[in-house]
Parts: sequence; C-alpha cells; structure tokens
Amino acid sequence: MSMTDSAGTQADAPQIDSQAAYRDELVKAGLLIPTGVDGLYGRSGVFEDVVERFDALVTVWGGTDGAEVMRFPPALNRRHFEESEYLKSFPHLAGTIHSFKGDERAHRTLLRRLEEGQDWTEEQAATDVVMTPAACYPVYPTVAARGALPEDGRLIDVFSYCFRHEPSLDPARMQMFRMREYIRVGTPEQVMEFREVWLRRGREMMASLGVPLEIDVANDPFFGRGGAVLSNSQREQKLKFELLIPITSESRPTACLSFNYHQDHFGHLWDIRTADGGVAHTACVGFGMERVALALFRHHGFDTARWPAPVRAVLWG
Amino acid sequence: MQRDVWPTDAGTTNAGLAMTIPLPSDESLAEDIRAVLAECGGLAVDPGRLAPEDDLYAAGLTSHGCVGLMLGLEERFEVEFPETLLNRRTFESIAAIRDAVRGLLVRSAA
Repeated sequence: MSMTDSAGTQADAPQIDSQAAYRDELVKAGLLIPTGVDGLYGRSGVFEDVVERFDALVTVWGGTDGAEVMRFPPALNRRHFEESEYLKSFPHLAGTIHSFKGDERAHRTLLRRLEEGQDWTEEQAATDVVMTPAACYPVYPTVAARGALPEDGRLIDVFSYCFRHEPSLDPARMQMFRMREYIRVGTPEQVMEFREVWLRRGREMMASLGVPLEIDVANDPFFGRGGAVLSNSQREQKLKFELLIPITSESRPTACLSFNYHQDHFGHLWDIRTADGGVAHTACVGFGMERVALALFRHHGFDTARWPAPVRAVLWG
Repeated sequence: MQRDVWPTDAGTTNAGLAMTIPLPSDESLAEDIRAVLAECGGLAVDPGRLAPEDDLYAAGLTSHGCVGLMLGLEERFEVEFPETLLNRRTFESIAAIRDAVRGLLVRSAA
C-alpha cells in the first residue's frame, strides 16, 4: 500500500508555510527531534507512546481476525524489490542501499575526497538490500514461496518502518515513517470483502478518536506520463481509498489510512495461486502511524494528559 | 510508419510538403494498432483475432499493460498522448485507440 496523496506535489506557498510552521511547533514542543534532513526525525517518548497506543488500537479492531503476524526489518531482499516492479512505477521514491566495495587504494581515494569535500560515493556499489517502500512488500514473495493458498486464503499483519525519497517540510510527509498493515490474499470475493470491512472499521475506529475525517477515492503518485495512465486507471476503478484528516490544511487533508485493492497485480508478479489454481488477488489496509499521531496532536493538543477523556479512554483504557 | 501529412493550408505554406496524402484508412490504422498490441499489450489472446469494438480489458489488458501500449503507440505513430487522453476509455478497444490516434495525427498535421 502507499499513502501518498498528491497534495505534496502541488502545494502552494501558504500550504508550505503552514507545513513548516507545524513542523517547527512539533520540534519546539520536543515531539520531533530534528536531524538536519527534511523528513528525517527522532521521536520523543510522548510521540512514541501515542504511536504505541494507536498500534494497540489497530489490534483491538483487527486482532481477532486471526491474522498471521510477521515483522520484517525496514529492508527488502533486492531481488524481491526488483521483481515487485516498484522501479516501473516509483523510481523517484525508491531507496537502494549501497556500500563500499573498493580496495585499499579506492579507500584512500574515498578518504581524500571526503576530506576535500568532494563526491566520495564513486566506489559505492549496490548491496542485496533495498529500503522497504511499503510494509507489505516482503509479504508477497513470502506467501508465494509457500505454494498455493489454503481455501480461506491468507491474512497477514505487518508493521515496519518504510522509506520514500521525498524530502519535504511537511511533517506528515516523512522520508522514514511507520506503517502497520493487514494484507489479504485470496479470491477476488475474499479480498473485496476484506476491504469493505476495513473501510467501515477504519471510519468507526478513527471517529472514536475524535478527529474530523472523510474517505475519498485516491491514487498513488506513479512516475511520469505512463504513471498518469496508472493514476487515472486506479481512480476510475476505485482501487484505492484514503481516510483523510486535516493536519496542516483544512482544504488538503492528509491521508492517514489507505485501503488498497491490487486486483491480481501482485498475484501475477509472484505467481500466487488460490486453492483452485486461479491467480490470487490481494488487498491491504495501511495505517500511517506518524500521520495518525500528528493528526491527534493537531486536533487534541501536544499535552496528551489533557486530551478529551473519551479519546484517552480509547487509547489508554 | 511515417506520420502522414494532412494539409489544412495547402498552397499557402510548406508548399513542398502540402500534398493531398490522406490519413491512413481505418483498416490500416487498426492493423498497426494490432501490431503494437501484439508487441506491447501483454494480452491473453492474439490481437489479430480481436474485432475493432472488442473490450481489450476483457481480453487481458491491465493498467500496466496500458502504459506499455501507450508508449508503443506513441513510438509507432510519432504522436504524444495528452494528459486528457491518459485514461482507460482511450485504450478500451481497437476502435477507441484508432479514434484517439486519428485525432492526434490530425492535430499534429494541422
């Protein structure tokens, strides 16, 4: 899945001002710890507490469905990344991990260039590891490797830091952020039912947190003119919905949850088969952990002890 | 194939080019489109067996297949699809593609 509303690419000056202002407020309050890179932050204990409580709330709503829990580090096998065709759709967002592969002579060159403030990355070569762009990416090849699906398909629960190269002043558009996801793999009927259930649950769950929200059709930020075909197609077929909450703008609310139906795209890519031999369909619901936390801080204030009692009850019991 | 010249101002400008070469026929366009479909469309069936009005999505054309198809058509006809045409309807059948390509050929010749 991917929560990547198009607002960021069209942000006008007032929008950017309000994003930078909110980021500065968060930093001043100590909730975010700056690193000097836009979109890369440390989080305070208070921020992490909210993320952890929201993570637990997701489990309250989805935990009894019997999902298999998988936790991956925020990196993928490069071969799986290549097979995912991510580079076809989002070459501009991908983060590949490179490492020094040179000899001693190359090492001396590296150090000299570093000292001189020159580009030292020439001898860096791609490793077998790529940053995870969305928490569900390690799941598809894993499920595929197990062979045909059981009758009732599979339901997987993942949670991971993700990386997307899109430096921004918007605190809700981080380069490294966490995503919790449930992924359904099965027949078209099983997968569509899953998404319908989560569209309803997502709305109820977020309403219980006292934030204004709407759900709307959305598209991923596919790259280039070919990407425009994919974006329009995704919207026309209503394959992606987002649950939007205003964070830095009322008129351009931020996607905090997304509900994605991939049809048989991943099923084809990895040859995932249903019990009766058909190509599996997949869908996922994703929860943008930082975005939800930021939305809560925006609407209820920076002091969680003073959040409305009903919201506190939902999160802290 | 070469882009055909469609004169709208014959005799006034481009005198050397302004010949009355007609746009390709429906048949000829459809054949070229079938060739691009065979090469780039990733269909489950042989495009040669598709009627002009047949639903290409029902024949296995995917969204990602559309991207390859669009790029293949642009290369073959030396046109560029504008943003307004980058949707599913444009590529839903050989006839729909033919109409879109014809419109682009007319526009680029004008």
